[in-house]
Amino acid sequence: MKRKSLGNKLIACPYIVWSALFIVIPLLIMFYFALTDANGVFTLANLSDIGRYKKAFGISILYAAISTVITLLLAYPMAYFMTKLKVSNQRMLLMIVMIPMWMNFLIRTYSWITILANTGIVNTFLGKLGIGPLKLIYTPAAVILGMVYDFIPYMILPIYSVMSKIDNSLLEASEDLGSNAFNKFKKVIFPLSRPGIISGITMVFVPSVSTFYISQKLGGNKTMLIGDVIEYFFNLGPVYYNVASAISLVLMLLILLCMFVMNRFSDDDDGGVII
Amino acid sequence: MNKENIIKLNKISVAFDGEKILDHLSLDIKDKEFITLLGPSGCGKTTTLRLIAGFLEPDEGEIFFEDKKINGVPAYKRQVNTIFQRYALFPHLNVYENIAFGLRVKKLPEAEIKEKVAEMLELVNLSGLEKRSIDTLSGGQQQRVAIARAIANRPKVLLLDEPLAALDLKLRKDMQKELKKIQQQLGITFIFVTHDQEEALTMSDRVVVMDGGKIQQVGTPKDIYNEPENAFVADFIGESNILDGKMLKDYYVEFSGQKFDCLDKGFEKEESVDVVVRPEDVDIVPEDKGMLRGVVTSISFLGVHYEIIVDIGGFKWMIQTTDEHFVGDNVGLYIEPDAIHIMKKSEYSGLYGDYSSYSEEIDHLSDVDYVED
Repeated sequence: MKRKSLGNKLIACPYIVWSALFIVIPLLIMFYFALTDANGVFTLANLSDIGRYKKAFGISILYAAISTVITLLLAYPMAYFMTKLKVSNQRMLLMIVMIPMWMNFLIRTYSWITILANTGIVNTFLGKLGIGPLKLIYTPAAVILGMVYDFIPYMILPIYSVMSKIDNSLLEASEDLGSNAFNKFKKVIFPLSRPGIISGITMVFVPSVSTFYISQKLGGNKTMLIGDVIEYFFNLGPVYYNVASAISLVLMLLILLCMFVMNRFSDDDDGGVII
Repeated sequence: MNKENIIKLNKISVAFDGEKILDHLSLDIKDKEFITLLGPSGCGKTTTLRLIAGFLEPDEGEIFFEDKKINGVPAYKRQVNTIFQRYALFPHLNVYENIAFGLRVKKLPEAEIKEKVAEMLELVNLSGLEKRSIDTLSGGQQQRVAIARAIANRPKVLLLDEPLAALDLKLRKDMQKELKKIQQQLGITFIFVTHDQEEALTMSDRVVVMDGGKIQQVGTPKDIYNEPENAFVADFIGESNILDGKMLKDYYVEFSGQKFDCLDKGFEKEESVDVVVRPEDVDIVPEDKGMLRGVVTSISFLGVHYEIIVDIGGFKWMIQTTDEHFVGDNVGLYIEPDAIHIMKKSEYSGLYGDYSSYSEEIDHLSDVDYVED
């Protein structure tokens, strides 16, 4: 085995400090709060009470799953289409996909309120045509729309980057061996783009399942997602940190479980580019 | 049946961004022959292959396959298969599935696929590697998988796009023999693309020498080497001294200020011609016995023989000999009539065949395909 030089160790140093400070210590704090009561005494009560929030957990996972599927259905053809364009046009489209990411997340979500509100852009327009007003905002659909809109770049980019690296000679080889357009897609393009799909799903599902702001602004306060529950308890003050931490811990475990199941389904040795 | 044409290219032209790649190219390819398209980079040989495979459509001209026009027929419907330059094996499939790819597309029953893949693996000496993933194979093994995958479909014509370019010299020699063997065993037409003249000569039944999107000469390896049609072919295939000459009458030619007997006829009286003399066909004799006289200006030892540059009245000849000579020696050259080959003047006249700027280094500088190791 090669011994690491002092230089290598020094280079690794900042990352170790970073991981300790911002990943390991916060996790330990969360564990501590989840397993103690307000007086700092060990208890499992926070975790055994978790059943009370199963509805919020359920809705969160359901909404996240729905929006991940919709995102995938929209992003995959988009990414495929992009790889077929001239390189200069690909760059431009990539830019268009990324520009919303440069804007503040709150502003992006707020702008949907002005579009979907009862007196918003869509309903004003429909009103002129003598239709409506339709109930658009404060519905589950609005929440899912918000999630899809906010997270779609995280689906397009990994899929696009994997697809654009597929060697054209592989596509020619599949045609050469008798594949029509459908078989070429099914037997070559899709399997080779799967690592991008998996990392896209991860990057959309995880933030969707734990989001809290989108549901409050676009769903009214009718749909409490699990992220909203956690935020709610944290806002109530330090006494409730323990409950909030316990929910966070369970949410984390649930996400890990989801990822594990998904990686199982995606079989294969490589497993792709899981973030 | 054996001599029947399987593919016919009729006045094919292709241009990319206004640049002519193929210029009214016509070629007949016989059934079951091993034919090689040979030429420098950019001569249009790969483009010709891609036209036959169906990856490219000609701007003008027609392609016939077994007398049926196949312009516009998509690649997946053509009865040809390709071995790609960098193999293009599917990285997500193992050896077995790569070879089975075409058979699965055809929806053959599983038992038949298994049998055929086993047969193909046997043919390319890879039995036992079915389950291996592609990236654990060596370059030579990947090459074999590519061959097996392409012929598993039993195409009538196999297209090979510089398939040996990525292999080292020894492996390349082995694969040359093996490909030739496979071709004879299966009895299918091979269309082989290469820029390596030696490869073309050793493997092919017929060689098509291409340059500038045009065919310069078609013939057996012997014809191409012994009877080149113009200065380009003479220079590209082996080494050649190419001199300005004048046909005095049939069987009698003048060059380098001397008159020689030769075996060529059918030229106009006093017609200007290009004269080719191969370096290995010249004998070095004592100065007073030579038909031409000159001074040795450089010597390189190549193992099998010496390569000697001799200055004769300002024109530098290359001569290959097994006898040792020294720089500054005055020598005579003796040339048999059958060592002289006469060509008509062409657009390539005067461009090739003078070794006055000769050195290994410069030769490589002007060779676009030369790769520094």
